Amino acid sequence: MSLYLTYFIVAAGLFAFVAVFTMFGVYAERKVSAFIQHRLGPTETGKYGTLQVLADMLKMAQKEIIIPAAADKILFLAAPVIIFIGVYLGFVALPWGPGLVPANINIGLYYVFAIISIETLGILMAGWGSNNKYSILGAMRSAAQIISYEIPAGFAIIAVVMVAQTLNLQDIATQQGVLSAEKVKFLGLWDVTHTGGLLSWNIFKAPHLLVAFVIYFIASLAESNRAPFDIPEAESELVAGFHTEFTGLQFALVFLAEYSMMFLVSMIGVVLFLGAWNTPLPNLGAVKLANWTTGPLWGILWILLKSLGLVGVQMWIRWTLPRLRVDQLMNLCWKVLTPLAFLCMLISGIWRLWVM
Amino acid sequence: METQSLPINYLPIIFQMLVAIGFVVTTMFVTHKIGPKRKTKDKLTPFESGIEVVGNARTPASIKYFLVAILFVLFDVEVIFMYPWAVNFKDMGKTGMIEMFIFMATLLAGFIYVIKKKALDWD
Repeated sequence: MSLYLTYFIVAAGLFAFVAVFTMFGVYAERKVSAFIQHRLGPTETGKYGTLQVLADMLKMAQKEIIIPAAADKILFLAAPVIIFIGVYLGFVALPWGPGLVPANINIGLYYVFAIISIETLGILMAGWGSNNKYSILGAMRSAAQIISYEIPAGFAIIAVVMVAQTLNLQDIATQQGVLSAEKVKFLGLWDVTHTGGLLSWNIFKAPHLLVAFVIYFIASLAESNRAPFDIPEAESELVAGFHTEFTGLQFALVFLAEYSMMFLVSMIGVVLFLGAWNTPLPNLGAVKLANWTTGPLWGILWILLKSLGLVGVQMWIRWTLPRLRVDQLMNLCWKVLTPLAFLCMLISGIWRLWVM
Repeated sequence: METQSLPINYLPIIFQMLVAIGFVVTTMFVTHKIGPKRKTKDKLTPFESGIEVVGNARTPASIKYFLVAILFVLFDVEVIFMYPWAVNFKDMGKTGMIEMFIFMATLLAGFIYVIKKKALDWD
């Protein structure tokens, strides 16, 4: 019985984390965009506008849920729920520290990618269910974009899986630090098993994994519908894309899903490429920085810092780059990223057999 | 390293799902019940930037979306085939790798065909 209670508390804790992250994320996004565009951002509600998001959430919770007369009731009501649950369930397999993982399953990576794909289903349901021209166009674009970018992302991930030889995210994380049971080589040349730190992260294990990381990062931007890949919700042409008709809490759920997705893809990127919960500080002779800064609590700190850093880069990119056209988007995905990711995978195979 | 997962390892997923569904359904139900509901004809029409709605939204979409979806199904299935190989390929050694490279070459031939046919040109 106590086991079930633990599961329940962990699930509730993850949910609380997602909600808190969304609140901070929205506030940070508004402040970052204001800084980049030389504005002030929210300043009125609370000191420095800190209560702005809270006020927004309060307002959204009070609003009426409007179901348009032309909409398909069941699809329309279920869509935001499915979008949110699809994203939120992805968190269950991600490791937070040595021994700290909600569900230690051996196909963790596979599971995460399967469950994220459910979001596409929710988006299509939202578009079709709303029976609104903007919504349908947005949903179509979104689905085409997400499924297209899943292919380069998949190849880039296989490149890592080939080096790691496991789909268990906790094992992939362990392999990238001082706790590794296997030999870790920096760029395949220099044995850093006992040095750890930055040098044993996956992106430095082989040079092509750095390329794979960039491919994965670009694909993850597209999968979370973030600018410069935000044609599904392009405000200037489609109002809001697939969530045009959503009001009140449904809109809040879609927003929650979007921000959780940002954190989720960043965290997957960190686990796969940037050393997961391992410390960036290496052992230097007698100064065992890596050994001192490895542990469950340190793990949570490091993975949070790294993931938030990647989220910050996502925001920075969103407010810096202009939106891509749909043909540019497809060309980038199919003609640049997919062949490049394919090449990464081939190099990975050769690297693993002959260099590592 | 555990190579097998027991069903109990998957239990947290179910709990996570229960928490999520519980939260979503409760809040949506409560706000729906507590809040006032005023339905007018104009409010319930689909949003079309204030212009009168013309026709149905469910019109045929561009064939390109269908093509992309079909290509995705093809390529993603191939990617899925590669996962088990990627996990085990070190034990299979060179033979396994050459076999897989032949498979990938076939896949690549299809990919080049698709690009040559201009199936992915979006005009």
